[in-house]
This record gives sequence, structure tokens and C-alpha cells, in this order.
Amino acid sequence: MTGETTAALLLLADGRLPAGGHAHSGGLEPSVAADRVRDVASLETFLRGRAVTSGLLAAAFAASACAAVLAGDNGRLGVLEEELDARQPSPVLRQTSRKLGRQLVRAMRVIRPHDCWAGLGRSPHHPIVLGAAAAVSGLRPYAAALAAVHDAVAGPATAAVRLLGLDPFATHAALARLGPLLDAIAADAERYADADPAHLPAGSAPLLDLAAEHHATWEVRLFAS
Amino acid sequence: MRAAAALGVEAVALRGGAVRSRVATLRSQAPLMLRLTHPKGPEPWTRLGDGAARVCLAAGAAGPIGGDAYALDIQVGDGSTLVLREISASLLLPGPLGGQSTLHTTARVGAGATLVWLPEPMIAARGCHHLTDVQVDLAAGARLVLREELLLGRHGEQPGDVVARLRIRLDGRPLLHQDLALGPAAVGWNSAAVTGGRRALGSLVVVDPAWADDPPPPTLVGDTAAVLPLPGPAALVSALADDALQLRACMDAGLALLTASSEDRRPGVAS
Repeated sequence: MTGETTAALLLLADGRLPAGGHAHSGGLEPSVAADRVRDVASLETFLRGRAVTSGLLAAAFAASACAAVLAGDNGRLGVLEEELDARQPSPVLRQTSRKLGRQLVRAMRVIRPHDCWAGLGRSPHHPIVLGAAAAVSGLRPYAAALAAVHDAVAGPATAAVRLLGLDPFATHAALARLGPLLDAIAADAERYADADPAHLPAGSAPLLDLAAEHHATWEVRLFAS
Repeated sequence: MRAAAALGVEAVALRGGAVRSRVATLRSQAPLMLRLTHPKGPEPWTRLGDGAARVCLAAGAAGPIGGDAYALDIQVGDGSTLVLREISASLLLPGPLGGQSTLHTTARVGAGATLVWLPEPMIAARGCHHLTDVQVDLAAGARLVLREELLLGRHGEQPGDVVARLRIRLDGRPLLHQDLALGPAAVGWNSAAVTGGRRALGSLVVVDPAWADDPPPPTLVGDTAAVLPLPGPAALVSALADDALQLRACMDAGLALLTASSEDRRPGVAS
């Protein structure tokens, strides 16, 4: 990563980016309700499980989308959309990913105007938009992957403070301990930047799928997902 | 041990317009033993005397154990019906040299053909190191029932490492791609994101072209099982349970939900 683009990455990965991510707990809310996550230790294990499955998935698709936009290969984005759909069996998670993607496109159209936004369709998947956002921010696929896997754990970690009343310092300490794992996942994801989309990671997390479906049936919830 | 087996079924037109499915290829190699059988139990979509081909896979040796490489190829020709089952569960065991055992299965299901594939559970014994890779290619209009069950260790046993990969394409486009990595080598596998400490996992995929405009709705089947409509004429029953019996009950409930009504909507394959 060069010095000139580091600030662009921080902007993209900042939780204060107005793209609606703060309203989602990444499956933590139903996991807390089912008493599967109850303290910092079980939160940290949850985050590790999430990082290596849906986190790596998002990172690899973001890296691949970033490479596609850098190469001006917009056709590849459509293939990535199909492949990502096939890797998300939960209809609720597919819908959530598309909703977050739509919100990020809306923000990015103004933050970084670019031709690629017009070609992404009405509600593209979030990791694909994130990859494209990295590309138009002058970032490389590794940075796109890092932003995606960071996003996969930072959201649930912050949600844990609100849902369980955990000590925010202890929660961030858990995030800090995850650092080397996130770096390794981003490096792994970067290897897929130019790979055949059919070969991208497909790590499944059955409990995340099932928790999302349960959560969607609740009448009252704090987070959208 | 290396073994490769192949199974091919084709449709034969009978007088009067009926169709019978004939086993055209049946190549076994120990321990992958293929046998023509009578129905082993209740089957979705088919009826006795409907001309479907029925084959069971039997294990001709223990294992797979680490280092074994097995390959199974299944071809279901246009318009034919194959019901493939398994005699018993398979126990994944560590090998003498610590190598990985692999089972690669490819299945091609032709236009208007039906594959009902109901294997028994895989049990990941302590220290095992196994990869199961299933690639299914469905032509437009093909039907599929595919069940996969995985038990993490025998009674009171910690499991070894197992990766279960499944990729299904329909008419050349990706329909479902799952890569499940469990065991001590998989970070976070026992976490609330992946298994939450449950020891039995299963998935059951049903693809039915009759659903094209009317996919089954998402349905919860208990606390940790659900019917999930896929992006296509297909649905997945995903389930976690404490043991094999509970898991099978979830799989059966999901299968009944997904195959009960469609029989009425489609003309019989043959009778």
C-alpha cells in the first residue's frame, strides 16, 4: 500500500461512512438471543468463525471486484454477482448483502463519482460494491480485501457492546487480537483477485445462515440483521 | 488405496410411451462397490414399478483412511431416473502416514432426468483428515435430491479435520457452492458462527424445475434447521443437531416439505 492511498482506505473502512452499516449486527443479535454469545471470550470465537467463513468470502469477492474495475472489465462483475448468490444460501443474507450494497453505491456516487456505478445494477452485493469503491479510491485488491474482512468483524463487535453491555475496551482488545488473522485473510483473499470467479472461496457458516433466518421473523429487533 | 467407480443410467423407451431407466455403466472398484438394489426405504418422487434405476453404494473395505483417493462418476442420461443410496455410514479414519483422504464425486444429470441421491452420514473420527468434493452439473429441466450428513466424531469423541465441498450448477450457471471446513485445523469451526458445538450437520438440496416461478418460502424447522430457497428453482434444507437421529428427523421433515406437493404438479415419469 502506498502512502498516498492509506487515507482513502481509512475513509472506506471507517464505521462512520454514511452507508448504513451501523444498523447491522452481522448475525450477533440472534446469536446473543440464543445464548450462543454471552461474553468477550465467546464473542471473540464468534468473530474468528465469522472472519474465516463469510469474512474471507467477502474479502475475496471485494478483491476480485476491485481487480475487475481496475482492469475496466465490468462484465466480470456480473459473473461475481452470480457466484456470490450461489454462496449465500440464506435468502435473508442475500437480501441484506444487496441492501448494504445499494446503500454503499448511493454513498459512493457522491463520494467518488465514477462510470462504474451506473453499470452495477439496482442492488449489487455489498462486497462487490466495496471492491469497486476501493478501485475508484485508488486502492489495490489487497486493500479492498482488508476493508471487507475488517467490516465483517468490526460491525458485530460494536453491536456486542450494545447488546451485551460488554466493556468497549475489552471488546476492542478482542478486535486487536484478531489483527494478525485479518491480515492473513486479506493476503489469502488477494490471491483470488484475478482468479476464475468459480474458484473463489465459499466458506459456509451454517449457524450464521440459520440465525439470520430466525432473526428476520422477530417482530422487534435492535439491528436490521 | 486409490479407487474409481462409475455409474451411468440411460432412458429406454418402452412400447406405449413409457420410459424405463437402464443402468448402462456399473463399474466398481473396491471399496466403492455399486450394486443394483430394490428400494431401500421411502423415496421421494418415485414409485415402485415406475421404471427408475436403483443402485446402492456399499463399502468394500474400511475407510476412507488418510491417504486414500476415491473418485465416483455418475451420469444420469436425458429423461432417465436414478435413485442412488448407500448401505451404511462411512467412518473417516486417520491414515498411517497422516495424509489426506479424498472422495471426488462428479454427477451429470441430463435434460428431464432425475437424480435422487441419499447417502448415509460421514462420521469424522478423531485424527481424520478428509476432503469430500461433490460437483453436480444439472441440465435445464433436471431434478435433484441430494442429502449430505456429517457427524463430528463417534460417541464422546473429538472429530478430526474434514472439508465438505459442494458445487451445483444448473444449465451452466452456479446454483449452490458451499465449502464447509470443520475440525481442529479450522479456525472458529466450533463457534456460534459455524456449529455452536453441535455435533451433527446436514444439508439437503432439492432442485425442481416446477418451482421456476414459485419457489418454496423460507421455513424454520426448529431452532437450528430451516428450508432456504436458493436463487433458482431450488431449495436447501440446512440443519444442525446434537446427534444423528435428530439430524435425520430434520432432513426428513425438510424433504417431505419440499417433495410432497411437487409430485402432484408434475406428470409421472412413467408408470
